[in-house]
Amino acid sequence: MVATGSVVAPADKVATSSRHFRRSWAGWGFLAPFAVVFALVFLAPIAYSIYLSLFQDRLIGGNSFVGADNYNQALQDPAFWESVRRVGLFLVVQVPIMLFLALLAALAIDGGRLYGASLFRIAIFLPYAVPAVVATLMWGFMYGSQFGLIGSINDSLGLSLPDPLGPKWVLASIGNIVTWEFVGYNMLIFYSALRVIPASLYEAAAIDGASEFRIIRAIKLPAIRGALVIATIFSIIGSFQLFNEPNILHYVAKNAINTQYTPNMYAYSLSFSGQQYNYSATIAIIMGLLTMVIAYTVQLRGMRKAL
Amino acid sequence: MNTKHGRLLRAVAVSVVAALALAACGGSDGDKSSSTGGAADVKAALKKGGTITVWAWEPTLTKVVKDFEAEHKNVTVKLVNAGTGNDQYTALQNAIKAGKGVPDVAQIEYYALPQFSLAKSVTDVSSYGASGLDKTFTPGPWASVQQAGGIYGLPMDSGPMALFYNKTVFDKYGVAVPKTWDEYVDAARKIHKADPKAYIANDAGDAGFTTSLIWQAGGQPFKVDGDKVKIDLSDAGSKRFADTWQKLLDEKLLAPTPSWSDGWYKGLADGNIATLTIGAWMPANLESGVKAGAGKWRVAPMPQWDAGANATSENGGSSLAIPTASKNKALAYAFMDYATAGQGAQTRVDAGAFPATTKQISDPAFVDKKSAYFGGQEINKVLAASAADVVKGWSYLPFQVYANSIFNDTVGKAYVSKTSLADGLADWQKKSASYGDQQGFTVN
Repeated sequence: MVATGSVVAPADKVATSSRHFRRSWAGWGFLAPFAVVFALVFLAPIAYSIYLSLFQDRLIGGNSFVGADNYNQALQDPAFWESVRRVGLFLVVQVPIMLFLALLAALAIDGGRLYGASLFRIAIFLPYAVPAVVATLMWGFMYGSQFGLIGSINDSLGLSLPDPLGPKWVLASIGNIVTWEFVGYNMLIFYSALRVIPASLYEAAAIDGASEFRIIRAIKLPAIRGALVIATIFSIIGSFQLFNEPNILHYVAKNAINTQYTPNMYAYSLSFSGQQYNYSATIAIIMGLLTMVIAYTVQLRGMRKAL
Repeated sequence: MNTKHGRLLRAVAVSVVAALALAACGGSDGDKSSSTGGAADVKAALKKGGTITVWAWEPTLTKVVKDFEAEHKNVTVKLVNAGTGNDQYTALQNAIKAGKGVPDVAQIEYYALPQFSLAKSVTDVSSYGASGLDKTFTPGPWASVQQAGGIYGLPMDSGPMALFYNKTVFDKYGVAVPKTWDEYVDAARKIHKADPKAYIANDAGDAGFTTSLIWQAGGQPFKVDGDKVKIDLSDAGSKRFADTWQKLLDEKLLAPTPSWSDGWYKGLADGNIATLTIGAWMPANLESGVKAGAGKWRVAPMPQWDAGANATSENGGSSLAIPTASKNKALAYAFMDYATAGQGAQTRVDAGAFPATTKQISDPAFVDKKSAYFGGQEINKVLAASAADVVKGWSYLPFQVYANSIFNDTVGKAYVSKTSLADGLADWQKKSASYGDQQGFTVN
């Protein structure tokens, strides 16, 4: 390089490239605190789980490398697919109900005709501030048809309501708890999206004589489409990771909620009562991939519509 | 080695001192095999002292730990309640897996011990002096801590079953205390008919209870020979249990309240749960948990499968064991021996525990003790008799902890749906067998 070119140009080149180099390293330096933590708490556990999932540790015979055996087993495991189907059903029923209620509440508050809107807002949001464990214990008590609220209602009114913790109704009961917990959270997402709509749009609509419903359809809903997609993705991830509520209700309804009720519960009981850490890691990885694919698909579709 | 130590131990009698002496010189061949030398070694070991951690939920151990520390000033015993039953096993398995925070002594129920001993997670303590203790403990619990020639724990208590019943309920409705399971079903009908809110018992599906009743009925659903396992939950004993219990389920004669729940305690206090067929460790729990039941409860022998028989089985009961990862096994054994075979056994019986030691169980002061809670009844007479009548030949699975954890997934269905108990048991067998296969056992 030096031999063929002039003296100035290569020097300049060297200077720029080294400056370029320095700049890029400085960038990495700023990134380092994040990168280190990210690697430690995110990449390392995933790598370790993948490593675990390639082995099998038995009571008799010890630890051995089994390659993809665990994956083959999981893909053919009826217990696993049953739990996936269950959260899938939960997803398609509970999430639309919850998001619809949240949207309704957000529109009502944003509409400006509601008396005591801020009280209403905080009241709906409050359940989100209750820890899921406490909320579930509380609901678990209310659902009790022996000594709980349902039991008392049955006693005092002479009814025999179906047992909310029985095998038929327990998924709906869990859905009810989750809806109660997260309507406020989603409402807040929608509400904040509604607040940033420029007032000039409403003024224009008012001049055009648009009705309130027309405004909702033509202005508000299109404006919060992004928020809707985000809330949907959060809810999908939340559904697939369903764990707290069924796991706690499991203690009062052992016969209705089995140890592989949701994929997360399955992974949990595999590792903690079955010592099948390897298989548990496999389930977790498959579930993670599945969630990623579905969430990504929803995002792509949601965004395409937005364009 | 084992026999040598065993002989030696017998010579110096069963005591902490001797045990420690042996532990101290364990492994060194050609030691001065005299009792005085052993005692001297013990003193040295005790002088050295140290700290051990004990994981247990058994309440009477608190006093034992205090006494032990008072006797051996250099020794500190940290008693930790790491959860009851399964919760503690989970914590223990995780600590063992992580290789960190493993206790020196852990309370492990008899049904769970094989799972730990098989994985060599707990130590064979025969060389520490346990092999000389065969006359110290009652046969049932003593057999429960042994596996493949090793001794993997020392029995702490036992749970021969008996029928605890609320006398006021039986008197009120004029129902006789059942002597057979058929009479029990009749009594269940009468009580529930007289008061639709009252049930003869609660049962929401409990693996320990079910296996105990199958045990009493003569069933041997689990057979273990090394890594060969046989599971047959449709043998004669299992069938007998399933047939009778199915009647109670079909006619909804059992309160669907889980044991140890708030509703359970409430039911035991107000008479809506009229009986408990449960281990002999129950009295202390009734006294502390169901204060309103004082004077109302009595103890009767367990209902029989054949009229006139007197077969019983064990329900619960725990051992103390030393995890292999313990760094201070000798001292751990010293404590364990003190708590189960030494002075601690008496302390615990005085505090209401049910003994697994022959000395305490035949002690007139124990057997003839009148219990105020049970209306002055000499309940230990009934319980000690039950201990002598436990059906022999029972064994648990080497992965019983896991099997019990999926009991409600399988048999539990019979409690809440149209699935029959027999089908539930078959499903339990299938799922347990497949777990066994996965873990490298040869099942069936």
